[in-house]
Amino acid sequence: MSELVPESRQKPVVPMKPVGINANLLGYIGIDTIIEQMRKKTMKTGFDFNIMVVGQSGLGKSTLVNTLFKSQVSRKSSGWNREEKIPKTVEIKAIGHVIEEGGVKMKLTVIDTPGFGDQINNENCWEPIEKYINEQYEKFLKEEVNIARKKRIPDTRVHCCLYFISPTGHSLRPLDLEFMKHLSKVVNIIPVIAKADTMTLEEKTEFKQRVRKELEVNGIEFYPQKEFDEDLEDKTENDKIRQESMPFAVVGSDKEYQVNGKRVLGRKTPWGIIEVENLTHCEFALLRDFVIRTHLQDLKEVTHNIHYETYRAKRLNDNGGLPPMTSETEENHESNL
Amino acid sequence: MESAFGAFWGLIPMLEAPFPHAESAQHPDLASSPALRAPPGRGGAGRGRGGAGAGPPRRVAMLQPQQQAAGSAAMAVAVGRAANDDLRNLSLSGHVGFDSLPDQLVNKSTSQGFCFNILCVGETGIGKSTLMDTLFNTKFESEPATHNEPGVRLKARSYELQESNVRLKLTIVDTVGFGDQINKDDSYKPIVEYIDAQFEAYLQEELKIKRSLFNYHDTRIHACLYFIAPTGHSLKSLDLVTMKKLDSKVNIIPIIAKADTIAKNELHKFKSKIMSELVSNGVQIYQFPTDEETVAEINATMSVHLPFAVVGSTEEVKIGNKMAKARQYPWGVVQVENENHCDFVKLREMLIRVNMEDLREQTHTRHYELYRRCKLEEMGFKDTDPDSKPFSLQETYEAKRNEFLGELQKKEDEMRQMFVMRVKEKEAELKEAEKDLHEKFDHLKRTHQEEKKKVEDKKKELEEELNNFQKKKAAAQLLQSQAQQAGSQQTKKDKDKKNASFT
Repeated sequence: MSELVPESRQKPVVPMKPVGINANLLGYIGIDTIIEQMRKKTMKTGFDFNIMVVGQSGLGKSTLVNTLFKSQVSRKSSGWNREEKIPKTVEIKAIGHVIEEGGVKMKLTVIDTPGFGDQINNENCWEPIEKYINEQYEKFLKEEVNIARKKRIPDTRVHCCLYFISPTGHSLRPLDLEFMKHLSKVVNIIPVIAKADTMTLEEKTEFKQRVRKELEVNGIEFYPQKEFDEDLEDKTENDKIRQESMPFAVVGSDKEYQVNGKRVLGRKTPWGIIEVENLTHCEFALLRDFVIRTHLQDLKEVTHNIHYETYRAKRLNDNGGLPPMTSETEENHESNL
Repeated sequence: MESAFGAFWGLIPMLEAPFPHAESAQHPDLASSPALRAPPGRGGAGRGRGGAGAGPPRRVAMLQPQQQAAGSAAMAVAVGRAANDDLRNLSLSGHVGFDSLPDQLVNKSTSQGFCFNILCVGETGIGKSTLMDTLFNTKFESEPATHNEPGVRLKARSYELQESNVRLKLTIVDTVGFGDQINKDDSYKPIVEYIDAQFEAYLQEELKIKRSLFNYHDTRIHACLYFIAPTGHSLKSLDLVTMKKLDSKVNIIPIIAKADTIAKNELHKFKSKIMSELVSNGVQIYQFPTDEETVAEINATMSVHLPFAVVGSTEEVKIGNKMAKARQYPWGVVQVENENHCDFVKLREMLIRVNMEDLREQTHTRHYELYRRCKLEEMGFKDTDPDSKPFSLQETYEAKRNEFLGELQKKEDEMRQMFVMRVKEKEAELKEAEKDLHEKFDHLKRTHQEEKKKVEDKKKELEEELNNFQKKKAAAQLLQSQAQQAGSQQTKKDKDKKNASFT
């Protein structure tokens, strides 16, 4: 007679409450080596990161992305012709790269959205973008629902969306508000003020304050979202970023100049050289550190644990608790009828 | 071991792409290209493409970077179209900073804590609890089990251990009563059921609509330590059967318990006998991973010593001038952490310090996926049908669901009918009973009436008799009084007569 079977059916977790034992007092066991083991494993498998840039044409999206990843990752560098016409509808162009640094291999995908906000009538121009994002979630869901699953499901979901705000100095445009309202629920949006070298310091602070207020008034939760702060430490750290630094006012450049004997990325103007990585000139370094050096993993996790789960729950609920159908069988279904 | 790894990490240099000044010199056509405004020091591949922006860009750009690539190892250039599928290998011209990504990942995991679950399978008294105590350097409170268990039971206990900033939720599952019964046919069943139950729980969580996998307390068994009794001959048939049943569900690490009862030369023979038996019976034990260079070497050397012959002890004995865990015998002291005496150190290295993460991963990606696949197929789902056209999960699900709903409906109807029938029966019964009662009541009433009537009659009779009696009495009294009167008269008369006569 097995006693534990009825117990495990009700509650698979162990019956006894965990007893806290501080192993430090009794001699070294070696549990902390799991950190190293984990690190090694993740280095071997590599990382995926998908970043989307949205904004009107001419705001410097491609340049900024190139500057962020210090290589020619934008679509403009992969055969796209500068003389190409602005597309009539919003197109989605995704380009993948493999970059390696410090033994860490990253598969970076930059998703560009040429044509956003460029037409005369921009109604619903966020829809193709929303559709694309949901398509990626759908792809992942289908893979996850398979019986024989792949060992590592390829992750094409958009982890981060940089939204470029035009530096008018006044306030957000209705298009900006509409876009962010619709998409802040499905993807992590990081608003960025483009071409910040057109504003003086005072103009910059005022503009940022106004933008922050407008976002708050409209109920737009950009990344890092307040509701996902896990503990006090996160909260204070993120609060500081949310209330002081964001949206980051950036300047992008992939050209180098000599300043004080050092080669720096910058923009040369008759009145001086704007150094991209100088914190007194613009906030590019903050953006870079924020996105890449501290919150990269968090961006992926919020996308996976929250946005993707929301999508999945909604999808399964709509289907009546059933996993989604493939399009082929949908056709077969119809042909059978 | 840990320090070695630490040093290794410190030595990995940051692979930054060197500014390819040399390359530009090799290809003056590139440098002099009018479209080029980028100064030397950019990623050469990008520049090649950017430079040949006009015209048929791709063909031209393809040739140049390939010539370049031959020169520099740091620049791996794979030219691709601007499309989703093809990936371009790019070189970085400066420090971007995503090499901190593993650290970010690790920090997150550390804050959440880790789970590790060990299952110990072995006979009663073979030293499972002692070994766990020794491995984790603590005294897990437990009472030794008796040999009188009627069947095999699994006892699971959870502990939270903390070392530096790593929190580990350790769960140790013990098989109580294993090998004690006379009939051991079903001994393996509770173990298999427990393991399956943990997989099932995880699968249920995964299939939920609203799920929270990232803070799910993982109770799946990551490692199974199978304790082999140190007979010195070979595996028992119970061992073979149990291990065969478990090898596709869990990572099995066989160990020889109480190894201090076997002499060195016998041990070697015993070990090879065990391994050959396992191989010939097709038992798949856990293979220490050898794909990654850093651990391949140590894993390879350790694998040779499988199954590990261990000795456990929580008592400390003074050896030299240190206290060490050991077992003291009249003929000597067996030191637990001495590699010449037993393989305990090797087991600890393999289990905890080198492969803990791999054990967890294998459980998730191999054993759990296998269970999931079997379970879903059992439920009737398939990915492809015999014509290899992909079935949709939804179709089968819907069909199953309708079937299930239909069955439910049928059952419901059945039950309803039965209920109605029962109600009718009961009603009929009750009606009958009611009728009976009524009858009885009537009957009683009647009898009562009859009795009453009888009584009344009797009463009347009695009254009549009484009346008669009274009448008679009255008459009698009258008579008597008359008689008396007459008598008195008579006597008077008599007297008179007498008197008269006398006269």
